Amino acid sequence: MAVPIIELREISKAFPGVQALDRVSFEVREGEVHALLGENGAGKSTLIKILTGAHQPDSGTILLRGQPITIPDTRQGLKLGIAAIYQELSLYPDLTVAENIFMGHQPSNRFGMVDWRQMQQRARALLHELDADDLDVTRPVRGLSVGNQQRVEIAKALSHDARILIMDEPTAALTQHDVERLFEIVRRLRARGVAIIYITHRLEEVFLLADRVTVLRDGRVVGTTLEVSQTNQAELVKMMVGRTLDTLFPKDPAIPGEVVLEVRNLSYGRTTRNVSFTLRRGEIVGLAGLVGAGRSELAQVLFGITPAQSGTILVEGKEVRIRNPREAMALGIAYVPEDRKLQGLLLPMSVRENTTLAVLRQLLRYGFVDHQAESRLTQEYVDRLQIRTPSLMQQVANLSGGNQQKVVLAKWLAAKPRVLILDEPTRGIDVGAKAEIHRLMNALAHQGMAILMISSELPEVMGMSDRILVMRQGSIVAELDRQSASQEAVIAAAMGASELHLV
Amino acid sequence: MISAKPLESPRSSFTLQQEGVIAVAIVALSAIVSLINPDFLSANNLLDIAVNTAYIAVAAAGMTMVIVSGNIDISVGSMLGVCATIAGELARNGVPVPAAFAAAVLAGGALGAVNGLLVAYARIPAIVVTLGMLSILRGGLILVTQGRWIESLPEAFFFSQRSTLGIPNPIWVMVLVSVLTWLFMKYHRLGRAIYAVGGNAEAARLAGINPKRIYLFVFIMNGLLVGLAAVLYASRFTAIQSNAGQGFELAVISGTVVGGVSILGGVGSVMGALLGSLLISQIGTAAIFLKVSPFWLQAVQGGLILLTVLVDVLRRRRMT
Repeated sequence: MAVPIIELREISKAFPGVQALDRVSFEVREGEVHALLGENGAGKSTLIKILTGAHQPDSGTILLRGQPITIPDTRQGLKLGIAAIYQELSLYPDLTVAENIFMGHQPSNRFGMVDWRQMQQRARALLHELDADDLDVTRPVRGLSVGNQQRVEIAKALSHDARILIMDEPTAALTQHDVERLFEIVRRLRARGVAIIYITHRLEEVFLLADRVTVLRDGRVVGTTLEVSQTNQAELVKMMVGRTLDTLFPKDPAIPGEVVLEVRNLSYGRTTRNVSFTLRRGEIVGLAGLVGAGRSELAQVLFGITPAQSGTILVEGKEVRIRNPREAMALGIAYVPEDRKLQGLLLPMSVRENTTLAVLRQLLRYGFVDHQAESRLTQEYVDRLQIRTPSLMQQVANLSGGNQQKVVLAKWLAAKPRVLILDEPTRGIDVGAKAEIHRLMNALAHQGMAILMISSELPEVMGMSDRILVMRQGSIVAELDRQSASQEAVIAAAMGASELHLV
Repeated sequence: MISAKPLESPRSSFTLQQEGVIAVAIVALSAIVSLINPDFLSANNLLDIAVNTAYIAVAAAGMTMVIVSGNIDISVGSMLGVCATIAGELARNGVPVPAAFAAAVLAGGALGAVNGLLVAYARIPAIVVTLGMLSILRGGLILVTQGRWIESLPEAFFFSQRSTLGIPNPIWVMVLVSVLTWLFMKYHRLGRAIYAVGGNAEAARLAGINPKRIYLFVFIMNGLLVGLAAVLYASRFTAIQSNAGQGFELAVISGTVVGGVSILGGVGSVMGALLGSLLISQIGTAAIFLKVSPFWLQAVQGGLILLTVLVDVLRRRRMT
């Protein structure tokens, strides 16, 4: 039992601009549930991808039952008995349960024809092991509950005879009843000797299910792997956070003015639930929470991309309706989206064309664009944001990430908004550009702009915000001011940790 | 044009290059063909090439808008046939010629609007919508005309056979349409919105542009221009055949794409499309002068499309 079935030794992996994993060592035994904890961006996903063969490590060794191996791709990973179940299920909705389970390795006869009867029998047997006999293997996956779809995923992993099963936040989308059934399945698999790597954001699950726990932070293992019986929630939270605020965040204290934006009981679907808050002139409000907590979704409601289904929005005290981005813009709201390449930039077009996109109407003479005025405006923002570009006609695809982000910012600042919503404003850009964007945010707040900043980087939230709103499962669960906020308090609220006793 | 200043941006240099390459190709082809057959460079033949190009180039201006917006229209050949037939039938039955021409243009706009509505609001991919339209219109046209040619048209109908100030009318129309649509695409707010939607529809939507309206707009514009192209086409010969415009879509799309309009949307100019169209019809004429089989022509046309698109796709891949 003591020999780990799989062991990572000193695994490192870098992506452009970020050291995702830094000499991470980690092992799992047969018949063990090993919990992996960490904030967004701590390196969990990279670790999984290396284990499944989706990524190759830059250095370090992987040992399977003591033997060094390489996992060149996920197909090979499956052959070695390593399977992963992701948060986003990857099923084919129009194929049957049995077909999904055996996708890519259907039982076939000697002519290469699929043996349907055998496939269905084996699918039934696999589901029986999961205590899911109620699932009809001949029905299409479309319309199955999330819990049942997950069982199909697990059966799929077992059909490869997986000995190492990675579960990435498996309970994130489940109902309470399904969560209990999942726990039952996990315990069952453990009893059969399967090694389970269990990634979660819910601390209580660690104590309900796991034997040991490893915490990742900034690509490194924090301390050592702990026996779950010898730790507690507070210690784990500290391990996850445990860093000091760096001096990157030169936040001036704000002088908040009158309320610009107020929302009351805003709701949209299951992602925005009864959200109420206010935003004042001159303040930066940080919106913290885990990935999937509904922060970007809230921003999209405010900007009219997915208009609110109920609730009230007031801009400068007047009740307004925001049904599309254009109406939001007319009210002085700007939204700098999370993914600049997908949602922000016209990649084949120039710095100038990108910068003026949202204000083109103001640059018209007789319906035609005044190119001189357009260049003047663009030059103004290039200077102000220190966008490093060889010319205004440079194609934005050729700029660095930081400068691309500044172009997106320039586009929205040119619209002279009263309320600026920034969604992950410094994701994936280098430290220098990051500091410049932070300085700019400060300056804008000083000039009276109200800024709502979504960020998954806790130090950024702590450093830049005058107030912090914490979201969890579509609702705002905590509001903390600058003085009283601690990283532990934010994390605890974001994760819904119960009975935390932090000193 | 020689300039000491370095080209400003990769994009403008690309389109300049593309337009330059086409211009050079046109000159080189002329030189080579005239070595073998000096008649190729006669004023008459060059005017002929320009007149032959006119109705393609007019439609290519509309196709540029459609392709820049990230769509395509393969129904332009059938639309040309329908619009030409409408103009001819009306004129033959005593409707004043200008009214008959206007009806053809408006019919094109209406057909374009149907395409546009299906693409923008029913969210059917443009290639499917216009493939359906191609087939419906072609079949419908044969059914209605029963394959008969439209003849005995009034003298006033033959607009394309006349000249103004010594230059054939189709050339005037081609130049006018190209310049106006080029200016519109480059400087008008709506033109810029077409580039924005084709470059990144989601970003454009977040910037307050309604992509659906833009899609509808480009298909209507394209339809109107195809209607105009149909007038140029119909008024050139003494009869209008019921299979008029067959294969026209290939000529228009090749001209546009070879002229540097990116099939992926967001990039390209009407001037490029004009030069591309000229090159395509010049190759056609050259084939006749060199006594090359016309079947080679199709192969060369197809090869040119693939080559241009390949260059474009490779360039875009490097970009992201």
